[in-house]
Amino acid sequence: MFGLTALELARVQFGFTISFHIIFPAITIGLASYLAVLEACWLRTANPLYRDLYHYWLKIFAVNFGMGVVSGLVMAYQFGTNWSYFSAYAGGITGPLLAYEVLTAFFLEAGFLGVMLFGWNRVGPGLHFFSTVMVALGTLISATWILASNSWMQTPQGHQIIDGRVVPVDWLAVIFNPSFPYRLMHMVVAAYLATALFVGASGAWHLLRGNGTPAVRKMFSMALWMLLLVTPVQIAIGDQHGLNTLEHQPAKIAAIEGHWERPEPGAGVPLILFGLPDMEREETRFPLEIPRLGSLILTHSLDGEIPALKDFPPRDRPNSAIVFWSFRIMVGLGLLMLLLGLWGAWLRWRGGGRMYESRSFLKFAVWMGPAGLLAILAGWFTTEIGRQPWVVYGLMRTEDAVSPHGALQMGFTLALFVVVYFIVFGAGTVYMLRQVRTDPGRHPAEADEPGQAHRPARPLSAAPDDPRADTAGGAQTDSRS
Amino acid sequence: MDVGIDLPLLWAVIILFGIMMYVVMDGFDLGIGILFPFLPERGDRDVMMNTVAPVWDGNETWLVLGGAGLLAAFPMAYAAVLSAFYLPIVLMLIGLIFRGVAFEFRFKASDRRRHLWDKAFIGGSVVATFFQGVTLGAYITGIRMSEGAFAGEAFDWLTPFSIFTGLGLIAAYALLGSTWLVMKTEADLQRRMRGLARAAAWAVFAAIVVISIWTPLTHPQIAQRWFTLPNLLWFSPVPVLVAAALYGLLRAARTESHSGPFVLALALVFLGYTGLGISLWPNIIPPQVSIWDAAAPPQSLGFALVGALLIIPVILAYTAWSYHVFRGKVRAGEGYH
Repeated sequence: MFGLTALELARVQFGFTISFHIIFPAITIGLASYLAVLEACWLRTANPLYRDLYHYWLKIFAVNFGMGVVSGLVMAYQFGTNWSYFSAYAGGITGPLLAYEVLTAFFLEAGFLGVMLFGWNRVGPGLHFFSTVMVALGTLISATWILASNSWMQTPQGHQIIDGRVVPVDWLAVIFNPSFPYRLMHMVVAAYLATALFVGASGAWHLLRGNGTPAVRKMFSMALWMLLLVTPVQIAIGDQHGLNTLEHQPAKIAAIEGHWERPEPGAGVPLILFGLPDMEREETRFPLEIPRLGSLILTHSLDGEIPALKDFPPRDRPNSAIVFWSFRIMVGLGLLMLLLGLWGAWLRWRGGGRMYESRSFLKFAVWMGPAGLLAILAGWFTTEIGRQPWVVYGLMRTEDAVSPHGALQMGFTLALFVVVYFIVFGAGTVYMLRQVRTDPGRHPAEADEPGQAHRPARPLSAAPDDPRADTAGGAQTDSRS
Repeated sequence: MDVGIDLPLLWAVIILFGIMMYVVMDGFDLGIGILFPFLPERGDRDVMMNTVAPVWDGNETWLVLGGAGLLAAFPMAYAAVLSAFYLPIVLMLIGLIFRGVAFEFRFKASDRRRHLWDKAFIGGSVVATFFQGVTLGAYITGIRMSEGAFAGEAFDWLTPFSIFTGLGLIAAYALLGSTWLVMKTEADLQRRMRGLARAAAWAVFAAIVVISIWTPLTHPQIAQRWFTLPNLLWFSPVPVLVAAALYGLLRAARTESHSGPFVLALALVFLGYTGLGISLWPNIIPPQVSIWDAAAPPQSLGFALVGALLIIPVILAYTAWSYHVFRGKVRAGEGYH
């Protein structure tokens, strides 16, 4: 189909479904923690502004969570349907990690989600807050297990190969494999940043339309604090992650840098800012270089050396033409995030409400709304394409992992996924953005939008103003069981 | 990790338990989607959906546990079963996507567009159920293996038997859904659900009878298992219990009982599930590969088992709490408040 082999179609299918999927959990991770913070503020201060923001973001969270669940279900089965040899080979390690993710995270999220979404008037404020915290905790536990699994595939250890399959011998070594701490921190912080950018863009959108209610200002301000404080942390984590990759997956770094040949001793490695890596010609064409900067960034010295692509046989080289650019997109977006945070801090410092009024700043914040998600995608493209041709690094090649389906069958399911995902997640995105457009400061019970009237989540219709009042009793009088 | 316990056996029990939880719990969720066409009124549909809105996600998670548990404990079976049933599983997943998002989208859509998500909910529920049933039927029939991997054709799963089990499962989930709604609704909606529950009960009974005759006729290894001693003795109570459960269900659906029909529907589904288990045990890739042949290394089984045994009771506890919070009847217009 389209001249692609079954292997290529399987890879495109995995890339497509996982790229869609990662967007939703990233926002889920960030929003769940944000909601926990908002509810904590509401319980502490009894300021209705926090309660209104909680319910505003809760509705967006609900739509997003649903999309994360259904797109994630596909992932849980795709390992077996499309990558059966991988599953049979490495299931002894990735299986238990996935099972722990389900047991400790998915059930926790799902079990408390109902109360979080629909239980505002059914349980007391403390229990409701507890449910929110459990959901937020579940998202973080989930990230931990799945990144342990992914990191093990990138930097495997703690196993033996017995009878042609992976056997775990040291689970602590498997889980705390060399790239795991960096990848986990980098991803969780990325999820927080992506959410902060989304929240910030929503606030900026309302501010640009003259809706500068205290609730809008509050969420905008919170998002910018987050960006200001966390973007530099993320850059530092990213730097460390890069050094870790250099140690364990040097071919990936060489491909990211478009670095083909080792330089003369003592000359240092230049940083190629831009260029066109060419896998056939084995060079990076039209390079725009800064001498020695590559050495400085990657070895923290002026004449340090890093492995070059030509150190590796051609069949072991990742596709530099892609990861060179996906990496630069991620870094460029990160620098723009830093700029947004600093610009906001400067406007805030100058005072007089400039942060809420500067139109150029607000427009920039709106445009940066999807930047965090794009950076996450670019980063995952870099790390996943950069570890090719291996599915389990150094142990199993991707071409040996794929199920023996025909290209026609793979092409059919790929086309099906593409059509369904664009329809379903396109509609979901529209609904999320429509929810963003509603007024965060307005009592949701007054919402007159069509379809709202019977919204089961409609959590505020009878919400009391004081969270400390007992709300659990009244709502249960209609129970009959 | 040789501690003298049969790890594959324990894991098989856990996975069987997880799948049973899934069938029962997502069964009534999916059943509600299957019953939607019989209730065209917006208000009825809102109530029906609201009875499961807070719990459906947890219910579906048992399916993820089934997949993850299979990968963890029996990677060879996970690889073979999912490859063999590639298309029905993908179609089931697509159905579950439409069904799952409809819960939120239906309430977010404009009045003009809502009917589309109602159709997505119906279509998604029916498609997901049908292909679960097809997969089940094809699984009973068996998987062609060679050197530890699936060695059949892309459409091996498509047989008259598997199509029939697909239809049978639609009836079973409709029964679970209608009896669940008898328990969770009242007045006119409940009355109509009582009628639908009776019809679904007869359909399930018919499906069980046909499958019970068809299975041994076309699957000699299962016939041998059923009709030899002492298996026959073990097996003999099952048909009697099925008949008793059906009789009780039809009675309960006619009386004032609110939860009786649901409990008996659970019993009926449980009996069908047990019959299936007896027919296949201890094979995990029918007709030959046993749970011991397909098991992961003991290091994998032991590590995951510790978590499963410690955590599943906790999951059951907070799941029960969530059901407790949302107990009672759901009424039109009031949603959850």
